[in-house]
Amino acid sequence: MTSLPISTGPRWAKLPRRHMPVLATLALLLVMYGIGVSQYRAFSNIQVVFNVFIDNGFLLVIAVGMTFVILTGGIDLSVGSVAAMTAMVSAWLLQSGLPALPVLVIALLIGPTLGFLMGCAIHFFDIQPFIVTLAGMFFARGMCTFISNASIPITDGFWTTMSQYRIGDPRGNFVSISVLVAFAVVLVAAYVLAYTRLGRNVYAIGGNPQSALLMGLPLGRTRIAVYTISGLCAAIGGILLSFYTLSGAPLIAIGMELDVIAAVVIGGTVLTGGSGYIFGTVLGVLVLGVIQTLITFDGSLNSWWTKIVIGGLLFAFILLQRLIGIRYK
Amino acid sequence: MSDAGHRFRTLLGHRLFWPVAVLVVMLAANTVYRPGFLAVEINNGHLYGTPIDILRLSAPLILVALGMTLVISTGGIDLSVGSTCAISGAIACLYISRAPDQNNLGTVLTALAMALGVALVLGAWNGVLVSVIGIQPIIATLILMVAGRGLAQLIAEGQIITINSGPYRAIGLGHLLTLPLAIFIALAAALLVAAFTRRTALGMIVESVGGNREASRLAGIRSGRVVFLVYVVSAACAAIAGFMMTANVSSADGNNTGLWVELDAILAVVIGGTSLAGGRFYLSGTIVGALIIQTLTTTVYAMNISPQTALLFKAVVVIAVCLIQAPAFRARFRRRRPGTPPPPQSSPQRQKEQVPA
Repeated sequence: MTSLPISTGPRWAKLPRRHMPVLATLALLLVMYGIGVSQYRAFSNIQVVFNVFIDNGFLLVIAVGMTFVILTGGIDLSVGSVAAMTAMVSAWLLQSGLPALPVLVIALLIGPTLGFLMGCAIHFFDIQPFIVTLAGMFFARGMCTFISNASIPITDGFWTTMSQYRIGDPRGNFVSISVLVAFAVVLVAAYVLAYTRLGRNVYAIGGNPQSALLMGLPLGRTRIAVYTISGLCAAIGGILLSFYTLSGAPLIAIGMELDVIAAVVIGGTVLTGGSGYIFGTVLGVLVLGVIQTLITFDGSLNSWWTKIVIGGLLFAFILLQRLIGIRYK
Repeated sequence: MSDAGHRFRTLLGHRLFWPVAVLVVMLAANTVYRPGFLAVEINNGHLYGTPIDILRLSAPLILVALGMTLVISTGGIDLSVGSTCAISGAIACLYISRAPDQNNLGTVLTALAMALGVALVLGAWNGVLVSVIGIQPIIATLILMVAGRGLAQLIAEGQIITINSGPYRAIGLGHLLTLPLAIFIALAAALLVAAFTRRTALGMIVESVGGNREASRLAGIRSGRVVFLVYVVSAACAAIAGFMMTANVSSADGNNTGLWVELDAILAVVIGGTSLAGGRFYLSGTIVGALIIQTLTTTVYAMNISPQTALLFKAVVVIAVCLIQAPAFRARFRRRRPGTPPPPQSSPQRQKEQVPA
């Protein structure tokens, strides 16, 4: 961008290029929803959209945390296991008779603590995020079965209320409390990324860590912070998961980290860091949710088509990002 | 005296010292816990015993990790190996299960060739994505990791394909010269890779591409081709590992064959001293790393701990080995010279870009 931008294209081409991936995801989402509505009559029911949110609330929260990590150019493989561990610990503590509030506090502390430790290992000892968070994933998953080999049901009053309370018309269109929690997390995260110093630091470090360091930005503090945030989001996701399933199961959410990474990438966040939006991540999660809904509605397609379609979409979006990147140069 | 001290320090500094030390400590702990651990006996002309089991079961991991070592040494990573294992195993088993005579050697060889061919195509796909289109390796292979599981299930139509084929089972459970055949296959692959990389210039070329792809290209190396090649080799290794895994149980399960083997393989490579940033690789270290992981798994099984809880131990070992090998950690604990902060740490990619080309 050394020369002045020469405006030759039509007006629509002047959209900022960094918005392109997000807009492409939005277009895809609308197209998929359109296909659903045109093919299946019941699809146009607004409850279908609400159900996508209800079924993917925890995924949304975890993906928000992952967006922070990926924006700095890192990766967090531990989120699925940390969510499972949070659900497991809360189920276990509730079973042993602790009241709901302390359980909630303890469960919400586990994720950030683990994230903080992983961030420290990554920053101070310069070990690859991939390896550190892989170890974190093993640790959290191991803790799950260490607590119990079988799934623990939750019968606590607070949990069942949270799980079963329906906002809106219980017989018509409704959302669960989890959806509201997920929206709150999304709004807070979007605010932090866009309007606070931490958010700016995250983008700067993702863009170029060396430059960020030379500018005097707190590289270490920010890096540790994003892994802590990711841990916190995983913990909140785990709590929502336990609301959703009303149990703590040692094998739940296996492979969820891949879904989450796929959602973030489909949402237009670049894996090398520095570019992406929370809004894109929301769209990415919705795309995954709508794919699942479409496949459920179809009925004749088998579950493995979900994986193949997600893989194909990943490919298409990365190709798109790549093409935009080439044009940008 | 000083000579001995010097020699000790050289030994301590050897890159294989810590991995081997960890392996020896684990074996020793096992022997203390269960005195019969290292006993090997001959039964029906075959050797049996826990050490042999560890070797046999680590064969698929060694194979996958060999390919992974090459990929990682170019600065890449291959997450799709587990899915490749599942696909190749599913194709081989599907072909054999449909054949009229499952024990026919020709049928089995055709099945293996077909599955290997498909795996090579998958490897080429990864290679094209990374080297031609220029997608980040972790994402390029993530595509196949996610979609590949689906493809494997599609091939098997969601079923577990069971076969009853003597020659195929031999890949996993057969014996040769009193030892399991799988050990020889892994050994042969290791020697082949070692011969091609260390007896020819290929290894150096791979390392130079990992060190700086652009500079290597300017020096006359076809970097793109080298990168392409390592992904194909990795897929081929994964395919053979997939044959072993499915042959061990005489069935192919699209969901579970080779599940998480990519993570184990990456761990084995890292434990063996190969840096994830690329530019160096140690095949011997990788093999030791794979043996460490399998020994750990076997140990935990022998102690009657559930496989999932075994992950807890794996996490501890991984962190310990990585910390021991991390230069920043060593610098902090070896020479406690105050006021020498570790050198400014920047991501390797950025450093590479700054080399005037």
